[in-house]
Amino acid sequence: MKAAVITFPGSNCDRDMHVGLQRATGIAPQSVWHKDTSIPEGLDLIAVPGGFSFGDYLRCGAIAARAPVMNAVVDFAKRGGLVLGVCNGFQILIEAGLLPGALMRNAGLKYVCKAQTLRVATHDSAFTAGLGDTATYAIAHHDGNYIADDEELARLMGEDRIAFTYEGNPNGSQMDIAGILSENRRVLGMMPHPERMNDPALGGTDGERFFNGLVGALETA
Amino acid sequence: MKVRVDITLKPGVLDPQGEAVRHALGALGFEGVNGVRQGKVIVLDLATDDEQAALAQASQMAEKLLANQVIENFTVTAI
Repeated sequence: MKAAVITFPGSNCDRDMHVGLQRATGIAPQSVWHKDTSIPEGLDLIAVPGGFSFGDYLRCGAIAARAPVMNAVVDFAKRGGLVLGVCNGFQILIEAGLLPGALMRNAGLKYVCKAQTLRVATHDSAFTAGLGDTATYAIAHHDGNYIADDEELARLMGEDRIAFTYEGNPNGSQMDIAGILSENRRVLGMMPHPERMNDPALGGTDGERFFNGLVGALETA
Repeated sequence: MKVRVDITLKPGVLDPQGEAVRHALGALGFEGVNGVRQGKVIVLDLATDDEQAALAQASQMAEKLLANQVIENFTVTAI
């Protein structure tokens, strides 16, 4: 699997994403800078990492979503490329219009940072096909409270596009939503960080299964 | 000329920050605060002196970047 990781000013999980992908694929992912106007050829996956791009100014992810590289990312997604957005990356993908809804300030108004158990709500995607029924990843966010109107929520439910839900809602998200898929199931946005639960030293290895599962799904596809 | 863009959460969108402010006002002894909604004000200093053009430009900016129309409404006012 050929992957790239995008770095914005303020990204801080790009390195973890890099390590997660490299361990699973055996190949170092390419690094793409936010000012690049094109992406490397022949990619299978683009990862938009967590962090605080542009200092969370205006709205989380709003400025990054309009960065030069994002036109290429949107084109890649529309051509059926796999795009993974984690935490701030999820916020960026929503702001870029690749995923529906919005991520608001946590209902408890506090930054939440802990290991979080999730229910894998669908196995019908390259990202989730290799997972069990639950997974524990790290969460670390202030604005992860997912909201969408009733019509959108019904669509997400009806089309089986809710990828992960929280066991014990940490942020007020509607329907406990922790991650969602695009219509073509090739774009995943999620608040929890598999790349930060990728080594026993970090408190768990469920993230390893996430990346290995993704590589496995691509190999069998 | 300058244009003010007021950005507010749409009715029905829960505003956790507004709720926290409402509770704090109650704790300070301000009674009868039925609701608090928090928003943003952005002042644009635009090159044009044509009010209609400035308002149209500001609206486009709000639609493309300044407001998230999934959860927010905006108004533009010449100042």
